[in-house]
Amino acid sequence: MTSSPDHLPTMARSSLSDRLAPYGPILILVLLVVFGFLAIPSMSSWLTLTVSGLAMGMMIFIMASGLTLVFGLMDVINFGHGAFVSVGAFVGVSFLLLLQHMTGAPSLLLNLTALLVAIIGAMLATGIMGWAFERVIVKPVYGAHLKQILVTMGGLIVVEQLIIVLWGPEEIYITRPEALKGAITFAGAALEKYRLVAVGIGLVIFLLMRWILRHTKIGLIVRAGVENGEMVEALGYRLRLVFVGVFMAGSALAGLGGVLWGLYQEVITAHMGNEVMILIFIVVIIGGLGSVEGCFIGALLVGLLQNYVAFLEPKVALISNIGLMVAILMWRPMGMIPVVKAK
Amino acid sequence: MADPILTLSGVKTNIAQYHILQGVDLDVPRGQVTMLLGRNGVGKTTTLRSVIGLWRAHEGTILFDGEDITRRPTPAIARMGIGFVPEDMGIFSDLTVEENMTLAAVSGPVDSARLDWLFSVFPPLKTFWKGYAGTLSGGQKQMLCIARAMIEERKLYLIDEPTKGLAPAIISTMARALRELKAQGASILLVEQNFAVARALGDGAAVMDDGRIIWAGAMRELATDKDLQERLMGLSLEAS
Repeated sequence: MTSSPDHLPTMARSSLSDRLAPYGPILILVLLVVFGFLAIPSMSSWLTLTVSGLAMGMMIFIMASGLTLVFGLMDVINFGHGAFVSVGAFVGVSFLLLLQHMTGAPSLLLNLTALLVAIIGAMLATGIMGWAFERVIVKPVYGAHLKQILVTMGGLIVVEQLIIVLWGPEEIYITRPEALKGAITFAGAALEKYRLVAVGIGLVIFLLMRWILRHTKIGLIVRAGVENGEMVEALGYRLRLVFVGVFMAGSALAGLGGVLWGLYQEVITAHMGNEVMILIFIVVIIGGLGSVEGCFIGALLVGLLQNYVAFLEPKVALISNIGLMVAILMWRPMGMIPVVKAK
Repeated sequence: MADPILTLSGVKTNIAQYHILQGVDLDVPRGQVTMLLGRNGVGKTTTLRSVIGLWRAHEGTILFDGEDITRRPTPAIARMGIGFVPEDMGIFSDLTVEENMTLAAVSGPVDSARLDWLFSVFPPLKTFWKGYAGTLSGGQKQMLCIARAMIEERKLYLIDEPTKGLAPAIISTMARALRELKAQGASILLVEQNFAVARALGDGAAVMDDGRIIWAGAMRELATDKDLQERLMGLSLEAS
Protein backbone atom coordinates (compact mmCIF):
# COMPACT_ATOMS: atom_id res chain seq x y z
CA MET A 1 0.00 0.00 0.00
CA THR A 2 1.20 3.48 -0.74
CA SER A 3 2.20 5.36 2.35
CA SER A 4 1.44 9.00 2.84
CA PRO A 5 4.11 11.47 1.78
CA ASP A 6 6.49 12.19 4.65
CA HIS A 7 8.36 15.11 3.22
CA LEU A 8 8.67 18.69 4.24
CA PRO A 9 6.96 20.57 1.46
CA THR A 10 8.93 23.12 -0.53
CA MET A 11 7.22 26.46 -0.30
CA ALA A 12 7.74 29.75 -2.03
CA ARG A 13 9.18 32.47 0.20
CA SER A 14 6.29 34.48 1.53
CA SER A 15 6.15 38.22 0.96
CA LEU A 16 7.48 40.70 3.50
CA SER A 17 3.97 41.79 4.44
CA ASP A 18 2.94 38.18 5.07
CA ARG A 19 5.98 37.59 7.23
CA LEU A 20 5.36 40.77 9.20
CA ALA A 21 1.62 40.13 9.58
CA PRO A 22 1.83 38.22 12.91
CA TYR A 23 3.96 41.02 14.36
CA GLY A 24 1.69 43.78 13.04
CA PRO A 25 0.00 44.57 16.37
CA ILE A 26 3.32 44.80 18.23
CA LEU A 27 4.77 46.95 15.44
CA ILE A 28 1.84 49.35 15.78
CA LEU A 29 2.51 49.60 19.50
CA VAL A 30 6.18 50.32 18.88
CA LEU A 31 5.32 52.84 16.17
CA LEU A 32 2.92 54.61 18.53
CA VAL A 33 5.61 54.92 21.19
CA VAL A 34 8.07 56.21 18.56
CA PHE A 35 5.43 58.64 17.30
CA GLY A 36 4.96 59.91 20.84
CA PHE A 37 8.69 60.29 21.24
CA LEU A 38 8.95 62.35 18.05
CA ALA A 39 5.78 64.39 18.59
CA ILE A 40 6.25 65.28 22.26
CA PRO A 41 8.90 67.96 22.53
CA SER A 42 10.28 67.05 25.95
CA MET A 43 11.87 63.68 26.72
CA SER A 44 10.73 63.84 30.35
CA SER A 45 7.13 64.57 29.32
CA TRP A 46 7.22 61.66 26.89
CA LEU A 47 8.52 59.32 29.59
CA THR A 48 5.88 60.46 32.08
CA LEU A 49 3.09 60.10 29.53
CA THR A 50 4.37 56.70 28.39
CA VAL A 51 4.39 55.30 31.93
CA SER A 52 0.98 56.82 32.54
CA GLY A 53 -0.33 55.31 29.30
CA LEU A 54 1.11 51.91 30.11
CA ALA A 55 -0.41 52.00 33.62
CA MET A 56 -3.80 52.96 32.23
CA GLY A 57 -3.50 50.28 29.56
CA MET A 58 -2.57 47.60 32.08
CA MET A 59 -5.57 48.42 34.24
CA ILE A 60 -7.91 48.34 31.25
CA PHE A 61 -6.35 45.02 30.21
CA ILE A 62 -7.01 43.53 33.64
CA MET A 63 -10.63 44.63 33.47
CA ALA A 64 -11.13 43.55 29.84
CA SER A 65 -9.29 40.21 29.77
CA GLY A 66 -12.13 38.30 31.40
CA LEU A 67 -14.70 39.80 29.06
CA THR A 68 -12.82 38.78 25.92
CA LEU A 69 -12.54 35.16 27.13
CA VAL A 70 -16.20 35.07 28.13
CA PHE A 71 -17.23 36.25 24.69
CA GLY A 72 -14.79 33.99 22.88
CA LEU A 73 -15.60 30.89 24.88
CA MET A 74 -19.37 30.97 25.04
CA ASP A 75 -20.38 33.73 22.65
CA VAL A 76 -21.83 35.68 25.58
CA ILE A 77 -22.01 39.48 25.33
CA ASN A 78 -21.87 40.70 28.91
CA PHE A 79 -22.78 44.37 29.17
CA GLY A 80 -22.88 43.92 32.93
CA HIS A 81 -19.12 43.38 33.20
CA GLY A 82 -18.73 46.92 34.55
CA ALA A 83 -20.68 45.89 37.65
CA PHE A 84 -17.73 43.78 38.76
CA VAL A 85 -15.41 46.76 38.31
CA SER A 86 -17.60 48.92 40.56
CA VAL A 87 -18.15 46.24 43.20
CA GLY A 88 -14.43 45.40 43.18
CA ALA A 89 -13.58 49.05 43.75
CA PHE A 90 -16.04 49.46 46.61
CA VAL A 91 -15.07 46.24 48.36
CA GLY A 92 -11.36 46.95 47.89
CA VAL A 93 -11.66 50.52 49.12
CA SER A 94 -13.71 49.32 52.11
CA PHE A 95 -10.83 47.04 53.06
CA LEU A 96 -8.34 49.88 52.58
CA LEU A 97 -10.44 52.11 54.85
CA LEU A 98 -10.56 49.35 57.45
CA LEU A 99 -6.80 49.00 57.21
CA GLN A 100 -6.08 52.73 57.40
CA HIS A 101 -3.50 52.14 60.12
CA MET A 102 -1.55 50.10 57.57
CA THR A 103 -2.11 52.30 54.53
CA GLY A 104 -1.22 55.41 56.53
CA ALA A 105 2.01 53.98 57.92
CA PRO A 106 5.22 55.04 56.20
CA SER A 107 6.12 51.44 55.42
CA LEU A 108 6.09 50.00 51.92
CA LEU A 109 5.62 46.48 53.29
CA LEU A 110 2.56 47.45 55.37
CA ASN A 111 1.12 49.48 52.49
CA LEU A 112 1.52 46.65 50.00
CA THR A 113 0.10 44.15 52.50
CA ALA A 114 -2.98 46.31 52.93
CA LEU A 115 -3.28 46.65 49.14
CA LEU A 116 -2.92 42.89 48.77
CA VAL A 117 -5.67 42.26 51.34
CA ALA A 118 -7.92 44.74 49.54
CA ILE A 119 -7.22 43.10 46.18
CA ILE A 120 -7.86 39.58 47.50
CA GLY A 121 -11.07 40.71 49.20
CA ALA A 122 -12.29 42.45 46.04
CA MET A 123 -11.41 39.48 43.84
CA LEU A 124 -13.16 37.02 46.16
CA ALA A 125 -16.28 39.17 46.32
CA THR A 126 -16.47 39.73 42.57
CA GLY A 127 -15.56 36.11 41.80
CA ILE A 128 -18.49 34.87 43.92
CA MET A 129 -20.69 37.57 42.44
CA GLY A 130 -19.61 36.43 38.97
CA TRP A 131 -20.73 32.91 39.78
CA ALA A 132 -24.16 34.15 40.88
CA PHE A 133 -24.41 36.52 37.88
CA GLU A 134 -23.66 33.67 35.46
CA ARG A 135 -26.11 31.25 37.08
CA VAL A 136 -28.98 33.71 37.51
CA ILE A 137 -28.61 36.20 34.67
CA VAL A 138 -26.46 34.77 31.89
CA LYS A 139 -27.34 31.06 31.91
CA PRO A 140 -30.99 31.50 30.87
CA VAL A 141 -30.00 33.51 27.77
CA TYR A 142 -27.25 31.41 26.20
CA GLY A 143 -27.31 31.76 22.42
CA ALA A 144 -29.60 34.84 22.39
CA HIS A 145 -27.47 37.94 21.89
CA LEU A 146 -30.22 40.54 22.13
CA LYS A 147 -31.53 39.03 25.36
CA GLN A 148 -27.97 38.88 26.70
CA ILE A 149 -27.48 42.60 26.07
CA LEU A 150 -30.78 43.52 27.70
CA VAL A 151 -30.54 41.22 30.69
CA THR A 152 -26.88 41.93 31.48
CA MET A 153 -27.49 45.69 31.24
CA GLY A 154 -30.38 45.15 33.63
CA GLY A 155 -28.05 43.26 35.93
CA LEU A 156 -25.58 46.15 35.82
CA ILE A 157 -28.28 48.64 36.83
CA VAL A 158 -29.43 46.42 39.70
CA VAL A 159 -25.86 46.04 40.99
CA GLU A 160 -25.25 49.80 40.74
CA GLN A 161 -28.37 50.44 42.80
CA LEU A 162 -27.29 47.84 45.35
CA ILE A 163 -23.94 49.65 45.68
CA ILE A 164 -25.81 52.89 46.33
CA VAL A 165 -27.95 51.14 48.95
CA LEU A 166 -24.89 49.65 50.70
CA TRP A 167 -22.33 52.45 50.37
CA GLY A 168 -24.51 55.49 49.75
CA PRO A 169 -25.00 57.67 46.67
CA GLU A 170 -22.00 59.94 47.23
CA GLU A 171 -18.64 59.64 45.54
CA ILE A 172 -16.00 58.25 47.85
CA TYR A 173 -12.65 59.99 47.70
CA ILE A 174 -9.67 57.86 48.59
CA THR A 175 -6.04 58.44 49.18
CA ARG A 176 -3.41 56.01 48.02
CA PRO A 177 -1.29 54.12 50.56
CA GLU A 178 1.44 56.34 51.95
CA ALA A 179 4.38 54.70 50.21
CA LEU A 180 2.58 54.78 46.85
CA LYS A 181 2.04 58.52 46.94
CA GLY A 182 4.30 60.85 45.06
CA ALA A 183 6.72 60.14 42.27
CA ILE A 184 10.22 59.05 41.61
CA THR A 185 12.45 60.97 39.25
CA PHE A 186 14.02 59.12 36.35
CA ALA A 187 15.88 60.77 33.49
CA GLY A 188 14.34 64.08 34.51
CA ALA A 189 10.81 62.68 34.38
CA ALA A 190 8.48 62.39 37.38
CA LEU A 191 7.07 58.85 37.38
CA GLU A 192 4.19 58.28 39.79
CA LYS A 193 4.97 55.36 42.08
CA TYR A 194 1.41 54.08 41.95
CA ARG A 195 1.46 53.94 38.14
CA LEU A 196 4.68 51.92 38.23
CA VAL A 197 3.02 49.48 40.67
CA ALA A 198 -0.01 49.26 38.33
CA VAL A 199 2.29 48.51 35.39
CA GLY A 200 3.97 45.78 37.44
CA ILE A 201 0.68 44.19 38.53
CA GLY A 202 -0.69 44.32 34.98
CA LEU A 203 2.42 42.71 33.58
CA VAL A 204 2.32 39.94 36.19
CA ILE A 205 -1.37 39.26 35.47
CA PHE A 206 -0.72 39.13 31.71
CA LEU A 207 2.24 36.78 32.02
CA LEU A 208 0.33 34.56 34.45
CA MET A 209 -2.69 34.37 32.16
CA ARG A 210 -0.48 33.65 29.19
CA TRP A 211 1.33 30.90 31.08
CA ILE A 212 -1.93 29.30 32.18
CA LEU A 213 -3.36 29.47 28.67
CA ARG A 214 -0.21 28.12 27.02
CA HIS A 215 1.10 25.58 29.50
CA THR A 216 -1.79 24.01 31.38
CA LYS A 217 -4.53 21.63 30.34
CA ILE A 218 -7.24 24.02 31.46
CA GLY A 219 -5.58 26.70 29.33
CA LEU A 220 -5.62 24.34 26.36
CA ILE A 221 -9.32 23.66 26.91
CA VAL A 222 -10.07 27.38 27.07
CA ARG A 223 -8.07 28.17 23.92
CA ALA A 224 -9.63 25.28 22.04
CA GLY A 225 -13.07 26.19 23.39
CA VAL A 226 -12.74 29.73 22.09
CA GLU A 227 -12.00 28.32 18.63
CA ASN A 228 -14.47 25.42 18.48
CA GLY A 229 -16.45 24.73 21.63
CA GLU A 230 -18.53 21.98 20.05
CA MET A 231 -15.45 19.89 19.30
CA VAL A 232 -14.10 20.38 22.82
CA GLU A 233 -17.35 18.95 24.16
CA ALA A 234 -17.18 16.06 21.67
CA LEU A 235 -13.74 15.24 23.11
CA GLY A 236 -15.34 14.87 26.54
CA TYR A 237 -14.80 18.20 28.29
CA ARG A 238 -17.66 19.93 30.08
CA LEU A 239 -17.22 23.34 28.50
CA ARG A 240 -20.11 24.87 30.47
CA LEU A 241 -18.24 24.14 33.68
CA VAL A 242 -15.06 25.62 32.24
CA PHE A 243 -17.06 28.65 31.19
CA VAL A 244 -18.40 29.19 34.70
CA GLY A 245 -14.80 29.07 35.95
CA VAL A 246 -13.67 31.54 33.30
CA PHE A 247 -16.62 33.81 34.08
CA MET A 248 -15.70 33.80 37.77
CA ALA A 249 -12.03 34.43 37.00
CA GLY A 250 -12.95 37.21 34.57
CA SER A 251 -15.23 38.80 37.18
CA ALA A 252 -12.50 38.56 39.81
CA LEU A 253 -10.04 40.22 37.43
CA ALA A 254 -12.56 42.98 36.76
CA GLY A 255 -12.78 43.40 40.54
CA LEU A 256 -9.00 43.69 40.75
CA GLY A 257 -9.11 46.21 37.92
CA GLY A 258 -11.75 48.13 39.84
CA VAL A 259 -9.50 48.44 42.91
CA LEU A 260 -6.58 49.61 40.79
CA TRP A 261 -8.75 51.97 38.72
CA GLY A 262 -10.31 53.46 41.85
CA LEU A 263 -6.90 54.15 43.37
CA TYR A 264 -5.73 55.54 40.01
CA GLN A 265 -8.68 57.98 39.82
CA GLU A 266 -8.64 58.51 43.62
CA VAL A 267 -12.43 58.52 43.61
CA ILE A 268 -15.01 55.78 43.24
CA THR A 269 -18.67 55.88 42.24
CA ALA A 270 -21.33 53.25 41.65
CA HIS A 271 -21.22 54.09 37.94
CA MET A 272 -17.45 53.89 37.49
CA GLY A 273 -17.66 50.40 35.95
CA ASN A 274 -20.27 51.50 33.47
CA GLU A 275 -18.17 54.53 32.56
CA VAL A 276 -15.07 52.48 31.84
CA MET A 277 -17.00 49.90 29.79
CA ILE A 278 -16.61 51.91 26.60
CA LEU A 279 -12.83 51.62 26.87
CA ILE A 280 -13.14 47.92 27.75
CA PHE A 281 -15.31 47.22 24.71
CA ILE A 282 -12.94 49.14 22.43
CA VAL A 283 -10.04 47.05 23.73
CA VAL A 284 -11.90 43.75 23.37
CA ILE A 285 -13.00 44.61 19.82
CA ILE A 286 -9.69 45.88 18.50
CA GLY A 287 -7.77 43.08 20.20
CA GLY A 288 -9.86 40.39 18.54
CA LEU A 289 -12.65 38.62 20.41
CA GLY A 290 -11.29 35.83 22.58
CA SER A 291 -7.65 36.88 22.29
CA VAL A 292 -5.83 37.65 25.54
CA GLU A 293 -2.71 38.79 23.66
CA GLY A 294 -4.82 41.02 21.41
CA CYS A 295 -6.59 42.41 24.45
CA PHE A 296 -3.24 43.19 26.08
CA ILE A 297 -1.82 45.01 23.05
CA GLY A 298 -5.15 46.76 22.42
CA ALA A 299 -5.29 48.00 26.01
CA LEU A 300 -1.75 49.39 25.81
CA LEU A 301 -2.58 51.11 22.52
CA VAL A 302 -5.67 52.72 24.05
CA GLY A 303 -3.81 53.82 27.17
CA LEU A 304 -0.83 55.27 25.32
CA LEU A 305 -2.87 56.97 22.60
CA GLN A 306 -5.20 58.59 25.10
CA ASN A 307 -2.29 59.99 27.11
CA TYR A 308 -0.29 61.19 24.09
CA VAL A 309 -3.28 62.81 22.40
CA ALA A 310 -4.53 64.39 25.63
CA PHE A 311 -1.12 66.09 25.90
CA LEU A 312 -0.73 67.04 22.24
CA GLU A 313 -4.32 67.95 21.33
CA PRO A 314 -6.66 67.75 24.34
CA LYS A 315 -9.82 68.33 22.30
CA VAL A 316 -9.09 65.29 20.14
CA ALA A 317 -8.54 63.01 23.14
CA LEU A 318 -12.24 62.25 23.46
CA ILE A 319 -12.45 60.68 20.02
CA SER A 320 -8.92 59.29 19.78
CA ASN A 321 -9.87 55.79 20.91
CA ILE A 322 -12.93 55.59 18.70
CA GLY A 323 -10.66 56.69 15.83
CA LEU A 324 -8.18 53.99 16.80
CA MET A 325 -10.93 51.38 16.75
CA VAL A 326 -12.14 52.49 13.32
CA ALA A 327 -8.58 52.39 11.94
CA ILE A 328 -7.85 48.95 13.39
CA LEU A 329 -11.12 47.49 12.13
CA MET A 330 -10.49 48.88 8.64
CA TRP A 331 -7.11 47.14 8.72
CA ARG A 332 -8.26 43.92 10.40
CA PRO A 333 -12.06 43.65 10.57
CA MET A 334 -11.91 40.77 13.08
CA GLY A 335 -9.52 42.65 15.37
CA MET A 336 -5.74 42.56 15.59
CA ILE A 337 -5.41 38.93 16.70
CA PRO A 338 -8.64 37.21 15.69
CA VAL A 339 -9.28 33.96 17.52
CA VAL A 340 -12.99 33.36 17.15
CA LYS A 341 -13.40 31.99 13.63
CA ALA A 342 -15.48 28.88 13.97
CA LYS A 343 -18.63 30.51 15.31
CA MET B 1 -24.42 -11.17 14.34
CA ALA B 2 -22.19 -9.82 17.14
CA ASP B 3 -24.02 -8.06 19.95
CA PRO B 4 -24.54 -4.39 19.11
CA ILE B 5 -22.44 -1.78 20.87
CA LEU B 6 -24.75 0.93 19.54
CA THR B 7 -28.47 0.68 18.87
CA LEU B 8 -30.65 3.42 17.46
CA SER B 9 -34.38 2.83 17.66
CA GLY B 10 -36.83 5.14 15.94
CA VAL B 11 -34.50 8.13 16.25
CA LYS B 12 -35.95 11.37 14.97
CA THR B 13 -33.88 14.57 14.89
CA ASN B 14 -35.02 18.00 13.78
CA ILE B 15 -32.74 20.87 12.85
CA ALA B 16 -34.76 24.08 13.06
CA GLN B 17 -37.95 23.35 11.12
CA TYR B 18 -36.41 20.52 9.10
CA HIS B 19 -37.14 16.90 10.00
CA ILE B 20 -33.80 15.36 9.13
CA LEU B 21 -33.96 11.96 10.81
CA GLN B 22 -37.38 10.42 10.50
CA GLY B 23 -37.05 7.24 12.53
CA VAL B 24 -33.59 5.72 12.22
CA ASP B 25 -33.24 2.08 13.33
CA LEU B 26 -29.66 0.89 13.31
CA ASP B 27 -27.47 -1.67 15.07
CA VAL B 28 -23.67 -1.27 15.10
CA PRO B 29 -22.14 -4.66 16.00
CA ARG B 30 -19.28 -4.74 18.50
CA GLY B 31 -15.82 -5.07 16.98
CA GLN B 32 -16.98 -4.48 13.42
CA VAL B 33 -16.87 -1.69 10.87
CA THR B 34 -20.35 -0.57 9.86
CA MET B 35 -20.55 1.63 6.80
CA LEU B 36 -23.29 4.24 6.69
CA LEU B 37 -24.01 4.89 3.05
CA GLY B 38 -26.39 6.99 1.04
CA ARG B 39 -26.67 10.05 -1.14
CA ASN B 40 -25.83 13.53 0.11
CA GLY B 41 -28.40 15.04 2.44
CA VAL B 42 -30.11 11.84 3.56
CA GLY B 43 -29.11 12.19 7.22
CA LYS B 44 -25.80 10.34 7.64
CA THR B 45 -23.99 13.21 9.38
CA THR B 46 -27.08 13.98 11.47
CA THR B 47 -27.13 10.36 12.62
CA LEU B 48 -23.54 10.58 13.88
CA ARG B 49 -24.12 13.97 15.51
CA SER B 50 -27.28 12.67 17.18
CA VAL B 51 -25.34 9.75 18.65
CA ILE B 52 -22.65 12.01 20.13
CA GLY B 53 -25.35 14.43 21.32
CA LEU B 54 -24.34 17.48 19.33
CA TRP B 55 -27.81 17.49 17.83
CA ARG B 56 -30.45 16.22 20.18
CA ALA B 57 -32.73 13.39 19.10
CA HIS B 58 -36.23 14.45 20.06
CA GLU B 59 -37.76 11.00 19.64
CA GLY B 60 -36.50 7.45 19.86
CA THR B 61 -33.69 5.96 21.91
CA ILE B 62 -29.96 5.58 21.48
CA LEU B 63 -28.35 2.78 23.47
CA PHE B 64 -24.57 2.64 23.80
CA ASP B 65 -23.00 -0.34 25.49
CA GLY B 66 -26.39 -1.12 27.01
CA GLU B 67 -26.95 2.38 28.43
CA ASP B 68 -29.47 4.92 27.23
CA ILE B 69 -27.51 7.98 26.07
CA THR B 70 -30.35 9.76 24.27
CA ARG B 71 -30.61 12.63 26.76
CA ARG B 72 -27.04 12.69 28.04
CA PRO B 73 -24.83 15.71 27.41
CA THR B 74 -22.13 15.40 24.74
CA PRO B 75 -19.12 15.34 27.14
CA ALA B 76 -20.68 12.50 29.15
CA ILE B 77 -21.33 10.50 25.98
CA ALA B 78 -17.78 11.08 24.73
CA ARG B 79 -16.32 10.00 28.07
CA MET B 80 -18.19 6.71 27.86
CA GLY B 81 -15.71 5.83 25.12
CA ILE B 82 -16.84 7.33 21.85
CA GLY B 83 -14.35 9.00 19.53
CA PHE B 84 -15.85 11.44 17.05
CA VAL B 85 -14.29 12.59 13.77
CA PRO B 86 -16.56 15.26 12.28
CA GLU B 87 -16.92 15.96 8.58
CA ASP B 88 -15.33 19.40 8.94
CA MET B 89 -12.49 17.80 10.95
CA GLY B 90 -12.89 20.17 13.91
CA ILE B 91 -9.17 20.83 14.07
CA PHE B 92 -8.03 23.52 16.51
CA SER B 93 -6.05 25.65 14.08
CA ASP B 94 -4.56 27.94 16.71
CA LEU B 95 -3.19 24.99 18.67
CA THR B 96 -0.12 23.01 17.64
CA VAL B 97 -0.37 19.38 16.55
CA GLU B 98 1.05 18.44 19.94
CA GLU B 99 -1.57 20.53 21.76
CA ASN B 100 -4.38 19.04 19.66
CA MET B 101 -3.24 15.55 20.64
CA THR B 102 -2.67 16.45 24.29
CA LEU B 103 -6.17 17.85 24.48
CA ALA B 104 -7.63 14.71 22.94
CA ALA B 105 -6.05 12.55 25.64
CA VAL B 106 -8.95 13.21 28.00
CA SER B 107 -8.11 10.70 30.70
CA GLY B 108 -4.50 11.73 31.31
CA PRO B 109 -1.12 12.27 29.67
CA VAL B 110 -0.55 11.04 26.12
CA ASP B 111 0.51 7.38 26.08
CA SER B 112 3.91 7.39 24.37
CA ALA B 113 3.61 3.86 22.93
CA ARG B 114 0.28 4.70 21.35
CA LEU B 115 1.71 7.97 20.07
CA ASP B 116 4.61 6.10 18.45
CA TRP B 117 2.10 3.83 16.76
CA LEU B 118 0.17 6.85 15.48
CA PHE B 119 3.41 8.39 14.20
CA SER B 120 4.07 5.17 12.29
CA VAL B 121 0.60 5.38 10.74
CA PHE B 122 0.66 9.13 10.14
CA PRO B 123 4.33 10.18 9.75
CA PRO B 124 3.54 13.85 8.93
CA LEU B 125 2.21 14.33 12.44
CA LYS B 126 5.68 13.69 13.83
CA THR B 127 7.23 16.03 11.26
CA PHE B 128 4.85 18.86 12.13
CA TRP B 129 4.50 18.03 15.85
CA LYS B 130 5.36 21.54 17.03
CA GLY B 131 3.65 23.32 14.14
CA TYR B 132 0.26 24.98 14.26
CA ALA B 133 -2.53 22.74 13.02
CA GLY B 134 -3.87 25.58 10.91
CA THR B 135 -0.77 25.44 8.73
CA LEU B 136 -1.23 21.76 7.80
CA SER B 137 -2.48 20.64 4.41
CA GLY B 138 -6.00 19.22 4.08
CA GLY B 139 -4.75 15.64 4.18
CA GLN B 140 -2.54 16.29 7.17
CA LYS B 141 -5.43 17.93 9.00
CA GLN B 142 -7.54 14.84 8.34
CA MET B 143 -4.72 12.66 9.67
CA LEU B 144 -4.56 14.79 12.78
CA CYS B 145 -8.30 14.61 13.22
CA ILE B 146 -8.36 10.81 13.05
CA ALA B 147 -5.21 10.46 15.15
CA ARG B 148 -6.83 12.70 17.75
CA ALA B 149 -9.76 10.31 18.02
CA MET B 150 -7.33 7.37 18.20
CA ILE B 151 -4.96 8.79 20.82
CA GLU B 152 -6.89 6.89 23.46
CA GLU B 153 -8.59 3.55 23.05
CA ARG B 154 -12.32 4.08 22.52
CA LYS B 155 -15.12 1.56 22.42
CA LEU B 156 -16.68 3.15 19.35
CA TYR B 157 -15.48 5.53 16.66
CA LEU B 158 -17.90 7.74 14.76
CA ILE B 159 -16.08 8.85 11.63
CA ASP B 160 -17.65 11.16 9.06
CA GLU B 161 -16.24 11.03 5.53
CA PRO B 162 -12.54 10.75 6.37
CA THR B 163 -11.42 10.51 2.74
CA LYS B 164 -13.44 13.42 1.38
CA GLY B 165 -11.42 15.51 -1.04
CA LEU B 166 -8.13 13.74 -0.33
CA ALA B 167 -5.42 12.58 -2.74
CA PRO B 168 -5.19 8.81 -3.40
CA ALA B 169 -1.99 8.43 -1.36
CA ILE B 170 -3.62 10.05 1.65
CA ILE B 171 -6.76 7.94 1.20
CA SER B 172 -4.54 4.86 1.36
CA THR B 173 -3.08 6.11 4.61
CA MET B 174 -6.54 6.66 6.04
CA ALA B 175 -7.66 3.20 4.96
CA ARG B 176 -4.58 1.67 6.55
CA ALA B 177 -5.22 3.51 9.80
CA LEU B 178 -8.81 2.37 9.91
CA ARG B 179 -7.78 -1.17 9.08
CA GLU B 180 -5.30 -1.16 11.97
CA LEU B 181 -7.98 0.21 14.25
CA LYS B 182 -10.31 -2.55 13.11
CA ALA B 183 -7.62 -5.16 13.73
CA GLN B 184 -7.45 -3.95 17.33
CA GLY B 185 -11.09 -4.88 17.72
CA ALA B 186 -12.55 -1.37 17.63
CA SER B 187 -16.15 -0.80 16.66
CA ILE B 188 -16.51 1.81 13.94
CA LEU B 189 -19.51 3.56 12.41
CA LEU B 190 -18.12 5.10 9.26
CA VAL B 191 -19.81 7.46 6.84
CA GLU B 192 -18.00 7.08 3.55
CA GLN B 193 -18.72 8.15 -0.03
CA ASN B 194 -15.69 6.39 -1.47
CA PHE B 195 -17.13 2.97 -2.28
CA ALA B 196 -13.76 1.36 -2.86
CA VAL B 197 -12.80 2.27 0.70
CA ALA B 198 -16.24 1.27 1.98
CA ARG B 199 -16.02 -2.13 0.33
CA ALA B 200 -12.48 -2.73 1.57
CA LEU B 201 -13.19 -1.82 5.19
CA GLY B 202 -16.82 -2.54 5.87
CA ASP B 203 -18.11 -5.64 7.60
CA GLY B 204 -21.65 -4.39 7.59
CA ALA B 205 -23.46 -1.62 5.78
CA ALA B 206 -26.56 0.44 6.28
CA VAL B 207 -28.02 2.54 3.50
CA MET B 208 -29.98 5.68 4.31
CA ASP B 209 -32.56 7.58 2.35
CA ASP B 210 -34.90 10.37 3.45
CA GLY B 211 -33.81 10.20 7.06
CA ARG B 212 -34.32 6.44 7.47
CA ILE B 213 -32.30 3.26 7.13
CA ILE B 214 -33.69 1.58 4.04
CA TRP B 215 -31.38 -1.43 4.00
CA ALA B 216 -28.92 -3.03 6.41
CA GLY B 217 -26.86 -6.15 5.96
CA ALA B 218 -23.43 -7.48 5.17
CA MET B 219 -21.13 -5.23 3.12
CA ARG B 220 -20.16 -8.29 1.10
CA GLU B 221 -23.76 -8.74 0.03
CA LEU B 222 -24.13 -5.12 -1.04
CA ALA B 223 -20.76 -5.07 -2.78
CA THR B 224 -21.56 -8.06 -4.97
CA ASP B 225 -25.17 -7.28 -5.81
CA LYS B 226 -25.29 -4.62 -8.51
CA ASP B 227 -29.05 -4.65 -8.67
CA LEU B 228 -29.24 -3.96 -4.96
CA GLN B 229 -26.79 -1.08 -5.31
CA GLU B 230 -28.77 0.39 -8.19
CA ARG B 231 -32.00 0.05 -6.27
CA LEU B 232 -30.70 1.51 -3.00
CA MET B 233 -28.38 4.22 -4.17
CA GLY B 234 -29.03 4.63 -7.85
CA LEU B 235 -25.49 3.62 -8.76
CA SER B 236 -23.18 0.66 -8.86
CA LEU B 237 -20.12 0.17 -6.64
CA GLU B 238 -18.31 -1.21 -9.64
CA ALA B 239 -18.73 2.09 -11.39
CA SER B 240 -16.99 4.05 -8.66
